[in-house]
Amino acid sequence: MKKTRKLNRNVAIVGAGMSRFGMYRDRDCRDFFSEAFQEMMASIDKGLDINDIDAMYLGNFSNDFFVHQAHWGPIMSELLGLVPKPATRTEGACASSALAFREGVFAIASGFYDIVLVGGAEQMSRCATEEVAEGLALATFPDEGLAGFTFPGVFGAAASAYFDRYGATRDALMDITIKSHNNAPLNPKAQFKVSIRDLMNAKIEKAEQLGRPVPEWDDEKAFLWDPKANPMVAWPMHLFDCCPISDGASCVLLVAEDLAKQFTDDPLYVAGIGQGSGRGMSSKPDLTYFEATRYAAEEAYGMAGMTPEDVQFAEVHDCFSVAELIHVEDLGFFKPGEGYKAIADGATRLDGPKPINTSGGLKCKGHPVGATGVSQMVEIWSQLRGIAGERQIPNPNLRIGATHNLGGTGGTCTFTILERR
Amino acid sequence: MAPLPFNIQSFEHYLGEDKLMGGKCNACGMVVVPPRPICADCGGIDLEWVPLTGKGELMAYTNIAVVPPAMAAEGYGRNNPYCSGVVGLEEGCHVVARIVGIDASDPESLSIGMPLTATILKSEVDGIAKVRLGFEPS
Repeated sequence: MKKTRKLNRNVAIVGAGMSRFGMYRDRDCRDFFSEAFQEMMASIDKGLDINDIDAMYLGNFSNDFFVHQAHWGPIMSELLGLVPKPATRTEGACASSALAFREGVFAIASGFYDIVLVGGAEQMSRCATEEVAEGLALATFPDEGLAGFTFPGVFGAAASAYFDRYGATRDALMDITIKSHNNAPLNPKAQFKVSIRDLMNAKIEKAEQLGRPVPEWDDEKAFLWDPKANPMVAWPMHLFDCCPISDGASCVLLVAEDLAKQFTDDPLYVAGIGQGSGRGMSSKPDLTYFEATRYAAEEAYGMAGMTPEDVQFAEVHDCFSVAELIHVEDLGFFKPGEGYKAIADGATRLDGPKPINTSGGLKCKGHPVGATGVSQMVEIWSQLRGIAGERQIPNPNLRIGATHNLGGTGGTCTFTILERR
Repeated sequence: MAPLPFNIQSFEHYLGEDKLMGGKCNACGMVVVPPRPICADCGGIDLEWVPLTGKGELMAYTNIAVVPPAMAAEGYGRNNPYCSGVVGLEEGCHVVARIVGIDASDPESLSIGMPLTATILKSEVDGIAKVRLGFEPS
């Protein structure tokens, strides 16, 4: 039995913001972080004097590779006018900003700082697709890259093992894709604001206009089974199983619990926070789950004194459709091998009993890798405060939400439970 | 003579000599491929190189059509995917490797549990020799 960990001092979120996610080749990474910061500042009910920020932690995976510029901590803190306050960059691949969040929580919990800005930023779209794939593959384990594995390939292999163990097929993953595409149009920040249904209709209309053969798809799944519409990337991962290449930024303001009411009458509290590490594929005893996620979840549930049933909704790291499937099981929302059946029954839809990725997820909201972890928290903030607009979860008693962020091929996983009291 | 360091470079050096070798931990008996300086199972550092039978079975796989630049240089791509997999070896450990001798554009031509035999893949791209571990159907 693992030790139950507690914070020495509780930590609250009193402001949250994110930039639009998308491909903005002509903009600068600082533009994105500025956009996120302005929104965060505007969200603090009673305002903030930025001179009161004690420190900043910024998640960034690989702008070094993507835009040939490193050392983003001070670059961003200088932008905001925080110099000479300390600024530290964290790197945990696609979980980089969840690690920034954790560092901020610990810095406050220790009593060292009272007010900490945490966030993340990434600019990927200036690279061609193949270059991005190469950049992301830097975060695989060394032997995986040598064996030819790409990121989608690693998750494709995990899917092959899951399918074999539990009898699921690509059909199960399509339910996840369709759901994400149904949620994203309701999120003004999302990169792909289009449902699969509308995408199909647009393609049919275009074919008719151009006088080309009009595709005949009976439903969304027929579209997704069509290799012309949905080509293979790394079987069984196809185009619509994969998150896009994105630019964007996110940030939240963390403060010590005793200061929270200075900023808002309605803070969110960090109820549980967990992080785990995982092995490469050749060292894993079992390819159908992620050890790091299970460890992170156990730590967070233990700290919060909660069970998976207590978490009413979550943002779950769906870099690939199968990642969402496996992780909703690893987080305890569904039993191993049962997740895909629950998803097919609608359990994770916006109006289901356990909404997952109301933002549209990485798949449709976008995945500027370093910004993703904290952007997930921005979604929880919006939902718990009841300001999520058209995608607001129809539950008047929404109180507890959680975020799961994964880095690399599962080498770093975090799980964070946020509570509105 | 001191053994070669227990790492990927040495593993590939042996492959270049047509030898499939793993690192065996003398404390717990665990074999790791490619080896590392510390046993993945017990943390032991008393290791030795052992020859492997090259017999195993497929545990997981993927057919990759959107390929990294290094594989594109070998002629792979959207119309010519390649397969990578996880193989469970007779010696009890797992290894990641290329899977060859199958039709990577047809996922049905592979199945989890199918018996595989190691094969050493040698290629040359831009004058640089590359050696990789592969497996093919037994």
